[in-house]
Amino acid sequence: MTANELVWRIAGGSGDGIDSTSQNFAKALMRSGLCVFTHRHYPSRIRGGHTYVEVRAGEDEVKSRGDGYNFLLALGDSFARNPKEEAYYGNEEVKPLSENLDELREGGVIVYDEGLLDGDEVADLDERAEENGWHVYPLDLRGMAREHGREVMRNTAGVGATCALIGMDLEPIETLMEERMSGDILEQNIEILRMARDQVAEMDHDHDVSVPTGSHDEDQVLVSGSTGVAYAALDEGCRFIAGYPMTPWTEVFTIMSQNLPDVGGISEQVEDEIAAAALALGASHAGVKAMSGSSGGGFALMSEPLGLAEMTETPVVLVEAMRAGPSTGMPTKPEQADLEHVLYTSQGDSHRVVFAPGNAKEAYDQTRKAFQIAYDYQLPAIVLYDQKLSGELVNVDESFFDREPNPSLGAVLSEDEIEDAAHHASGKFQRYRHDPENGVSPRTIPGQVGGRFLASGNEHTPEGHISEDPHNRIMQVERRNRKLESIRADLDGRENSNQTLHDPTDGDAEYGIITFGSQQGTVEEATDRLVEAGHDVKALGVSDLAPYPEDEVAAFLESVDECLVVEMNSTAQFRGLTQKELGRFGEKLTSLLKYNGNPFEPRDIVEGFEAAIDGGDTPDENTRLVRAAGD
Amino acid sequence: MSAFSAIGEDREIDQNEYTPGIEPQATWCPGCGDFGVLKALKGAMADVGRSPEEIMLVTGIGCSGKLSSYFESYGYHSIHGRSLPVARAAKLANPGLEVVAAGGDGDGYGIGGNHFMHTARENHDMVYIVFNNEIFGLTKGQTSPTSPKGHKSKTQPHGSAKDPIRPLSMSLSAGASYIARTAAVNPNQAKEIIAEAIEHDGFAHIDFLTQCPTWNKDAKQYVPYTDIQQSEDHEFDITDRREAGEAMYEAETALHEGEVLTGRFYQDDRPSYGQEKRSLGEMPEEPLAERYHDADYEWERSYDLLDRHK
Repeated sequence: MTANELVWRIAGGSGDGIDSTSQNFAKALMRSGLCVFTHRHYPSRIRGGHTYVEVRAGEDEVKSRGDGYNFLLALGDSFARNPKEEAYYGNEEVKPLSENLDELREGGVIVYDEGLLDGDEVADLDERAEENGWHVYPLDLRGMAREHGREVMRNTAGVGATCALIGMDLEPIETLMEERMSGDILEQNIEILRMARDQVAEMDHDHDVSVPTGSHDEDQVLVSGSTGVAYAALDEGCRFIAGYPMTPWTEVFTIMSQNLPDVGGISEQVEDEIAAAALALGASHAGVKAMSGSSGGGFALMSEPLGLAEMTETPVVLVEAMRAGPSTGMPTKPEQADLEHVLYTSQGDSHRVVFAPGNAKEAYDQTRKAFQIAYDYQLPAIVLYDQKLSGELVNVDESFFDREPNPSLGAVLSEDEIEDAAHHASGKFQRYRHDPENGVSPRTIPGQVGGRFLASGNEHTPEGHISEDPHNRIMQVERRNRKLESIRADLDGRENSNQTLHDPTDGDAEYGIITFGSQQGTVEEATDRLVEAGHDVKALGVSDLAPYPEDEVAAFLESVDECLVVEMNSTAQFRGLTQKELGRFGEKLTSLLKYNGNPFEPRDIVEGFEAAIDGGDTPDENTRLVRAAGD
Repeated sequence: MSAFSAIGEDREIDQNEYTPGIEPQATWCPGCGDFGVLKALKGAMADVGRSPEEIMLVTGIGCSGKLSSYFESYGYHSIHGRSLPVARAAKLANPGLEVVAAGGDGDGYGIGGNHFMHTARENHDMVYIVFNNEIFGLTKGQTSPTSPKGHKSKTQPHGSAKDPIRPLSMSLSAGASYIARTAAVNPNQAKEIIAEAIEHDGFAHIDFLTQCPTWNKDAKQYVPYTDIQQSEDHEFDITDRREAGEAMYEAETALHEGEVLTGRFYQDDRPSYGQEKRSLGEMPEEPLAERYHDADYEWERSYDLLDRHK
């Protein structure tokens, strides 16, 4: 990130149009040639409740939300709409202003809608503005919206004011409006946009916040982690999804449901998550690439069909979009505490493959790999990500998605091949043969001549019949275990590792930081800052969680003296996994944990790292250090 | 050329083709009603001419769940209560398959009750056979959702305080489009009803009374029976929801008073779920599963969807 950056926060109540306005603003910035990244904060409420979205824009790639922000657009009034007094807590009417000031950087800009928000009701706003050098612009955004259209268009007035204050051309915003509106609505919005811009242009302003300049080499698209997951599924030939709504998994489910019918696929919203995963198994068994998914609570219900998939060797991809738990937890807040749940749920020695992408591009790449591994090896593969990655928008080169589809069903025999395949003496197809070296016994699809078999959740013979014979049991268990070894070798042998090394020191680092999943970009930004500040540090984002990438992580840990493990949970689950899988390095690993419902910011990691090497605690109550066992 | 040449194949089927090289006596006790289901299923499939390779039989867990081991076809022996979601997705993925799900009364009306309700409501084109012996058999004789009130078992030693489930009425109100009750002691009727259920386009639910001679000691509990279609005392229109509902209520009450009424209770010809989905454009006309075997099929790419993200 260059020093010149815009971090624009639009705040209000749920229902104020915060999300759609911020998406359009982000897109307009992207079309202006900038790199963008959005961060969403919202409560589990339909209307009201404090919500905001940050759009961070700069000339170079933006990997995280950054620390704090420098422009606040505060809107109202969904808070005031509920006529029941007791539904309020605190002074909700001024929350868009009062709740957002702590993170506003020195010299920052505030625009608020004085048509709905009373600045005088915010305790010490003037004092704090003075102290921090904030520039405050009360504007009657509601009045402007009313005058030329309807009250709901006050967002447009806010965007017009923003453009005037940061010196941004209105053209990209107007073009976006023309693309999605027409008639009176379009005219009114453009009128309001320009009116607000003109009104601000007449005011005096001497702040330093401005729109950066940037220019992409390639055409850009604005996508989220969920877009990455869903588009990867489509490109892998997945044409069946079954699900039950649950935040934040719903985003993948929605994207798939909106696109599948157009490509001749099937989407099913069903009665519960047990059914959802079982439907995916039924479709997959019948010869269609299928997926399901949920968030923690729904995934808990899926542990039953998950085990069934493993025992019957039915390929399936499940998505687990983590949010803060246990139980219902904080439904709209990110956490990475379902790691052990996803790795170990289900009875017996059951196996699944787990990928945890670190950003939207990896969400695409690794979901494609999840389908390939699931179908090639006939077992469940899970894409584990979280509320942060699911909804954050980032610009990606359009060409990134220009890939060939891969509808292969993996180890499936055609009818011609069945004739030549291994049969036992009675002529029955041996679906679960003991002997394949990589553990994978080719399957057949119902309806094919000659391939009849029974897929059973009970232990079974090579023909699929239920069996408790000890010899057969050992052969089947060992064959299923062999698949995992083959998958590890397969993943290690591929050209692009799923682990992402970020090493600004070119190999000389004394210290390391490892993380998994959605914290990768934030860790990379923090690493760059630490190197700039004179530390020798490099980072590794781990995405293969099962089977664990032992060689790559061990090599990284051997090359450093100490290592910080960054994860969003309170029990250091990823550090625990790393120590368990590698069986050493316990003395090198210090955990930096955050579990307050917000993802790490780069400064959390910078401060945590410095505390870890200098001794002492993290200066911020929101994060916690857990020292290495050797300390 | 279809990738699944067993589907729609027109030939004489010998019942023995459905017999695998494994004997049901391995699990089922002498005199068990489950033998009757197996026999009726084989007879019905042969009568309607479905070959073993175009049938997908999905079962749950328990004595009834072993049906897929003793019936030769493509089979999926799933988990307790979950046969229906597996089965209905298979039917959506490849509507050419003849999909049959089967399970016990605990499986279908207890743990899988939610799936039963929704599968009936959606009217998936499949057959669902519930082995109803009013007891948990394989776990050794506990009270089930269909056990009569007052039924004593190891887990309810003072007798069950619960009224039993009314499976036929439940099925009707949930939305099944074909509902019948038959009994293992009535093999000809059972075979005819299963055959009719297979030919029915929609969700066909058969409450199949299967005596449990081991845990429900009265092995002849479903004898004598009355076939309602043959009885002058039970005349009603099976396409009339209200009349069917009354007949079901009567049959369910009578069962626990010692009178066994079997036969067809309800039938309507509303479109199946697959037909509804196709007419809305939410499901392809051709079987989805075929597409993966068509080398000439041009797969759509996500790249074509990027315009909305620019």
